[in-house]
Amino acid sequence: MKVEQISVFLENKAGRLAEVTRVLGDGGINIRALSLADTTDFGILRLIVDQYDKARELLKQKGFTVGKTEVVAVEVPDRPGGLGLVLQILAQAGINVEYMYAFVQHSGKNAVIIFRFDNLDDAITLLQKEGIHIYKGEEVYRL
Amino acid sequence: MIRDIENETMPREDLRALQLQRLQAVVERVYHLVPFYRRRLDEAGVKPEDIRTLDDLQRLPFTTKQDIRDNYPFGLFATPMAQVVRIHASSGTTGKPTPVAYTQRDLETWAELMARTMACAGAHRGDIIHNAYGYGLFTGGLGFHYGAERLGAAVIPVSGGQTRRQIMLIQDFAPTVLCCTPSFALYLAEVGLEMGVSFQDTQLRVGVFGAEPWSEAMRQEIENRLYLDAVDIYGLSEIMGPGVCVECIEAKKGLHLFEDHFLPEIIDPQTLEPVPPGEYGELVITTLTREAFPLLRYRTRDVTSLDYSPCICGRTIARMQRIRGRSDDMLIIRGVNVFPSQIESVLMETPGVAPHYQLIVDREGQLDTLEVHVEVDEAMFSDEVKKMEALAKGIQRQIKDYFTVSVKVKLVEPRSIPRSEGKAQRVIDKRKI
Repeated sequence: MKVEQISVFLENKAGRLAEVTRVLGDGGINIRALSLADTTDFGILRLIVDQYDKARELLKQKGFTVGKTEVVAVEVPDRPGGLGLVLQILAQAGINVEYMYAFVQHSGKNAVIIFRFDNLDDAITLLQKEGIHIYKGEEVYRL
Repeated sequence: MIRDIENETMPREDLRALQLQRLQAVVERVYHLVPFYRRRLDEAGVKPEDIRTLDDLQRLPFTTKQDIRDNYPFGLFATPMAQVVRIHASSGTTGKPTPVAYTQRDLETWAELMARTMACAGAHRGDIIHNAYGYGLFTGGLGFHYGAERLGAAVIPVSGGQTRRQIMLIQDFAPTVLCCTPSFALYLAEVGLEMGVSFQDTQLRVGVFGAEPWSEAMRQEIENRLYLDAVDIYGLSEIMGPGVCVECIEAKKGLHLFEDHFLPEIIDPQTLEPVPPGEYGELVITTLTREAFPLLRYRTRDVTSLDYSPCICGRTIARMQRIRGRSDDMLIIRGVNVFPSQIESVLMETPGVAPHYQLIVDREGQLDTLEVHVEVDEAMFSDEVKKMEALAKGIQRQIKDYFTVSVKVKLVEPRSIPRSEGKAQRVIDKRKI
């Protein structure tokens, strides 16, 4: 039920993001989803890729600081209020969203949103109980 | 004005005779009272009675900051604690400070030399002295304080910080003399401008600025902005504190070194041999009168030169040129001594912090800035911004606690700090002094 996400530490200077995408592109790795959190001095790039281990290896070889985080891919109805519904369920249960970002691709008529929670297992149990679809890792990498 | 005509304008021959007599006494004392010096002198094969001329000074061993540290805390004190009445300290090259001691007579001497200093800078009885040097372990605050009182002036012991309040006091209490670091003087000018205060309307006449290197250009700027005569003062806690030497207001050309209490030399920091007169090298000082903390040939690491020609003010004592730099890696950030190794030990104490760092020193407006770049490795990396920011702030706070200097910590990518021959360049000083 969990998805492996690669995070990469980036300094705020020109060309760093391009370098990451170049390394992955050369390695034949496809980026499925990404988000970039930025501050004045640095950024944290978070990626879902189709080949996690290979991507991690390639980036480390190039000297990037790479981290691994488990996240949840949630299916959200692609209509007004769709995301609100999911967030409301989480809020009522007191589960805090650390960050979230959307998948580039749709799954049928629905959107796929990546969530990072402090307590991943509780969040998964809760969402499933409420009938919300959560993707398995392999599904997401192949999406 | 010359406070001590006899000692400040003595014919050089007489001065040398006095120096020799005092040097002989200090060598005799440390040989018998300080085990460290007895060992060093025995190793060098020198007995106190071997000091027959001032040239025999060359035979004496050097003392370094490391020696003081090795004898931490009180191993180099030459008097029993019952005779010590004050302890000051400066920052050391590692975690521990460098403590120094004073007897009652040492404090008398210090106050007297600081009174000479203030007089040399143009202050006198009746002046109101705004003393913005920090009071505490640092010798600046109390050194100026007692000197100003000895001179018969009124002291405002304002110490550091609270800049706007200081400007209010400068307006309301109408001090005539300002004592602080040159960078703080310019900061006062800047904040004064923001507050709409014209320094032309204040009573300030003289500024005595030291504790960090500055330049002739900075003097011009301070004088133009604060409407006062700016003079340079030098001292270091190991030797006494402020009051080792100071410029005269008449010439403002070199700092008169009180040679009846301090015996200066200039050496080549590599060969340790004396350099020809007038050439630049490392300043070495032997204390001639200190009781509690005498030092033989202390290597200050400050680079300067000495001029023995008489000055237009009438003084015959040597003049030291402005400090040009350091012969080690010590940085002076807003008047605080910082060794890169100290920053390193703070970083090492922070869990998960990689040993790769770089210090970027710069000057923004009038204030020194220190930026610490730390490489982020996997152990300290998190995918959450708030955790990374907390890490940077944590290091920032630790350094601030340790040095009382605010720094900016910037997290950088691994291997972004350039290595040369496997060794990183730890310090980049962009300041133009």
